[in-house]
Amino acid sequence: MQEVITKYQQPNARGYFGQYGGKFVPEILIPAVRALEEEYERASKDPSFNSQLNELLDEYVGRPTKLTFANRLTEHYGKARIYMKREDLCHTGAHKINNAIGQVLLAQRMGKKRIIAETGAGQHGVATATACAKFGLECVVYMGAEDMVRQKLNVDRMHLLGAEVRSVESGSKTLKDATNEAIRDWVTNVEDTFYIIGSVVGPHPYPMMVRNFHRVIGDETKRQIMEAEGKLPDYLIACVGGGSNAMGFFYPFIEDESVNIIGIEAAGFGVDSGKTAATLTKGTPGILHGSMSYLLHDINGQIELAHSISAGLDYPGIGPEHSHLHDTKRVDYHAVTDDEAMEAVKLLSKKEGIIPALETAHAFAWLENLMSTTTENQVVIVNCSGRGDKDMGTISENL
Amino acid sequence: MNRITQKFKEKAADEKLMSLFITAGYPDLESTVEIVLGMEENGADMIELGMPFSDPLADGPTIQYSSDIAIKKGITIDKIFEMVVEIRKKSEIPIILMGYMNPVLRYGVQEFCDKASRSGVDGLILPDIPVDEDEIIREYAEANNLPLIHLVAPNSSDIRMKLADSKSSGFVYCVSVTGVTGARDGKEVSDSVDMFIERVRENIIGNPVMVGFGIKSHEDARRIASNADGFIVGSALINTIKNSYPKPEWKQELYSLVYSLKFGN
Repeated sequence: MQEVITKYQQPNARGYFGQYGGKFVPEILIPAVRALEEEYERASKDPSFNSQLNELLDEYVGRPTKLTFANRLTEHYGKARIYMKREDLCHTGAHKINNAIGQVLLAQRMGKKRIIAETGAGQHGVATATACAKFGLECVVYMGAEDMVRQKLNVDRMHLLGAEVRSVESGSKTLKDATNEAIRDWVTNVEDTFYIIGSVVGPHPYPMMVRNFHRVIGDETKRQIMEAEGKLPDYLIACVGGGSNAMGFFYPFIEDESVNIIGIEAAGFGVDSGKTAATLTKGTPGILHGSMSYLLHDINGQIELAHSISAGLDYPGIGPEHSHLHDTKRVDYHAVTDDEAMEAVKLLSKKEGIIPALETAHAFAWLENLMSTTTENQVVIVNCSGRGDKDMGTISENL
Repeated sequence: MNRITQKFKEKAADEKLMSLFITAGYPDLESTVEIVLGMEENGADMIELGMPFSDPLADGPTIQYSSDIAIKKGITIDKIFEMVVEIRKKSEIPIILMGYMNPVLRYGVQEFCDKASRSGVDGLILPDIPVDEDEIIREYAEANNLPLIHLVAPNSSDIRMKLADSKSSGFVYCVSVTGVTGARDGKEVSDSVDMFIERVRENIIGNPVMVGFGIKSHEDARRIASNADGFIVGSALINTIKNSYPKPEWKQELYSLVYSLKFGN
């Protein structure tokens, strides 16, 4: 095992990861975020909460998910051995359900009967609608009008699961505006409503709590790779929009200095094209949706429209912990374009029989840059965060 | 003395001060200075000048709309400072800038506070900066004698009301209902507001209290602010402009509303 050299303890008691995070919300929401913070603290130390959560993850979500050796992809590059952490095999087709189940259990503990959520690609909306159906809770999902067109299949799934999907017509009609609208709903209905945030963003305690609900991804990966290879991986790669799959995957490895950790943002048409979602690459620190983090914004501090072929990465912000890991250089962040992601969809489909989500394809696309620098005795693990069925419309148009 | 404090000092015992919110640069960049002065002539005691933000998450559709228009017309923080300088040439009405933190942060917090103060701004309301986070700006605001005005809501505990009181100067902004900004049915607001203001009065003793959110008529104001030092109106003004601009009489319609809000019909 690696020697632990630096102790990583983030966030601090005020919800800051280094200088990022915090609770930048209207006073009306302070009682709600405080109550959530306290309840989460109690629940995370409560054996009955954890056993109920673990039972649901095993029997309903289908955990642990497999760590699959990508033999033909490995052969294709002829360098390091490539593994895939199969979050695409989770119930509902992506990692998002880990967090949705966790937060629904918390909502139940707090006696909240009404659940709201925002969604971009629809995966978090579907995961939340699913968890609400399972527990018989009212569910309202805010989704940008533009995204409802791009991700019609997921809209239909949410309806079938009994959720109300509210079309958001303000601003860019995508994830950031859906998030604004969900926060407005929360401000208005704070007494009886629980807001399930779908990524490691928002006011404290959300970035910490969502990370912790997803750390099962990294914990399982660590155990599985030790069994398969008898050593820690040399590289971890995950895609980053808000950054929930990446944060859950990376977190258990942060103190393992020998592990190179790579987060891949969506460059859209290119990081300098003006049509990008590469927040860490092109952004600067600012405050949006309750926390301080890197943002894409203009010289006047107005939030810019992000662009990515993938609706799930199409967000002008990023989780505060990623901003911290970027500044401290513990994680390397890079960006790949829409076209590179599409090539990765095709390659993974043909070589491994896995059609990845467009978000996930961004992580696989980085192999094109990375693999030639690796050696045959090294190990690379890519987080296969979701499956691509939902993206077939977009994929077909771009083939 | 700060103009806000001065204003409360001059207030008659039974008078309710009226603070009016308009979005800077709405309905166009040229009108803001003129309508501020016109509103003062028609009864406004204080002005809250909204600094538009692309993602105003504590605001309802009315202020979102006016913010979008103002941003499209090219409003910037520097232009808002220029407007304040112009107003100051003709008026001593207290002017409070109200907006979200990100544009302030991007401008540079220190430079923002310095220029705001030198332009003649009298205070700041930043709805996404609760007392817990106000150290991001407090030092610079204090160095420039720029009061921070915090908000309290019906779900604020007694402890948080006391905290808001201790960290505010000028006044404390009482949000009458849990919700976003916007004109509401007066009844909807009044049902629980009396108990709330009573609790506010017990806990907030260092500052005057102004009550806002959902006030759209003189009757609303009298009912909701009966136990407060004054009231705040915003969305109702924006709605009136939205419905009449650019008809030639749009300013007159705005001023009629302003007059009736303060004095009744």
